[in-house]
Amino acid sequence: MAVKFDQTSAGHYQLDVRGYSCPHPQLYTKKALQKMSNGEVLTLIFDNPSSGESIMAMCENEDNELFEREDKDGSFIWKIRKGS
Amino acid sequence: MNNESGVYVDLTTENKSSSWWAQSANRYAATILMLVVIGSVWALLIDSRWIYLLVYVWFGLAYGMFLQYGRFCMASAVRDLFAVGVPRMAVGIMIGISLYSLIAAAVKVGGFHTVNPHPLGWHIIIGAFIFGFGIIFTGGCASGSLYKTGEGNMGSALVILSISFSQAIFVAMSGWFDKLVPASWVASATAKAMPEELSVTQGWFDIFTAGYIWDLKGATAADMLDVSNPLVASFLADSFLVTILPASLIVVVLYVYYFRKGYMRRQKLQRSVMRMRDHLSGIWAMITSSKNTAIAGIGLGVFAGLHVWVTGLLREHYGIFNFGELLADMGHKTGLSIQDTVFDPGYWYITTQEAQWGAWVMEKAGVGMRDNIFFGLENGVPSPLINAPGFMSIGIILGAAILALLRREFKWKRPSMETAIFALVGGCLMGIGARIALGCNIGAYFATVSNGDPSGWLFLLGMVAGGYVGVKLFNLWLSWRASQFDDCPL
Repeated sequence: MAVKFDQTSAGHYQLDVRGYSCPHPQLYTKKALQKMSNGEVLTLIFDNPSSGESIMAMCENEDNELFEREDKDGSFIWKIRKGS
Repeated sequence: MNNESGVYVDLTTENKSSSWWAQSANRYAATILMLVVIGSVWALLIDSRWIYLLVYVWFGLAYGMFLQYGRFCMASAVRDLFAVGVPRMAVGIMIGISLYSLIAAAVKVGGFHTVNPHPLGWHIIIGAFIFGFGIIFTGGCASGSLYKTGEGNMGSALVILSISFSQAIFVAMSGWFDKLVPASWVASATAKAMPEELSVTQGWFDIFTAGYIWDLKGATAADMLDVSNPLVASFLADSFLVTILPASLIVVVLYVYYFRKGYMRRQKLQRSVMRMRDHLSGIWAMITSSKNTAIAGIGLGVFAGLHVWVTGLLREHYGIFNFGELLADMGHKTGLSIQDTVFDPGYWYITTQEAQWGAWVMEKAGVGMRDNIFFGLENGVPSPLINAPGFMSIGIILGAAILALLRREFKWKRPSMETAIFALVGGCLMGIGARIALGCNIGAYFATVSNGDPSGWLFLLGMVAGGYVGVKLFNLWLSWRASQFDDCPL
């Protein structure tokens, strides 16, 4: 089980933290967003439901936009656009 | 679909064409609920007095559902605040304790005993610091680990295992550790003239309990202020002064340091022209920013208060102070303490019943666990089948599982080696910290401050300090760990 963070195309990144529980997903998400530039998109894949609520609040606080989400059978694929 | 921060597209697909029962997750959830109902009816048919134990089961079920619904975890309150600047859980807890305190006040006015105040001393801060440090690494507090186990997270189940055995060993161990205890504690413990079979001068936790804790005093605000009018004592002194006022101040501090800046940006407000009304709107926006957490806070506060009331009614009905008396009447004497008592807080509590689970297993393995105050004199080592608060913990797991299944969030998750080590070591620290502080984030904080006992704020102080240090260390670990992964340039 390893965390994966890579650039999938220009302006698009993917962070896969499946298998990890709190606090890993939210902390890795914060680190990933810090690496990215404004307007770039992060596809976040995680399977720890508890982290979702914190990630949503973090996005709101830091002006990052959660614009697409797919939640299925305990796995979550969220798309976040980095704000200012 | 709307969320708090704007609009997102929800691509979640569900098989809406098939019936509710045809979906396996719904069937599993319904099966768990039916088994609890059948088990409850069966117990009542055997002896109606099992209602006392069933109250714990059903309140546990409700706690588990609210905890899962709001992702309500005190580890998250401390960790997310310091690590990612998110105050939602800390706010949720302030809502929970405020409502709990109001209902507890009403229960006290109704003439029922609620919670015994904890003795005030340095042990609270030290134990809470160790506990707060541990929860950062386990990823969940004592109740958080239970609800996450209900979501299928086996790493959290390991945390519970570790809390159970670490506490049992910690309170019963004797030998080298005894040398660390001050001689004055030994003298004080000896002077208590306790029954010989408890051997209170052997075993550092016994000496700590009899020689230090028993010499301390604790009191509710109403006791300290010597208020005799029940309404003033319960609502003004205990609820308002100890809970609602400090909780409100904490909410304001959270708003100023963690929410105001983002709120001003979103509302396009200039700080220089902001009026009190704008700030109040901002505080309200913070409270309602995570509706799930706020609803869970309300639900947990209300149910925790009701739990105290219902248990009070049952104690009055059966004319008992402790479930052990009822168990003895029902012929279940095995596992009771030498006073015929068992652990029976009558309210939401987590860690002591887990210590009893650990002790029960160790007894079955042939280790003597009752020559001490914690088990031998106070809490007993009942079988898990008659351990009422233990069933509350099981209820939390099952309640969370039911809701997680219905929300399609249940998933069996095996811990990695890293997570397993953190769970075991962190759980051990949580167990040790909880015993030194005489409770965890629920028993020594949530339930104490809500019942007018200010000692809980000392616990919070220690837990926050431990959590802060834990977050700093955890961040260092995470950065190093990320550098070890091939595909993770973080």
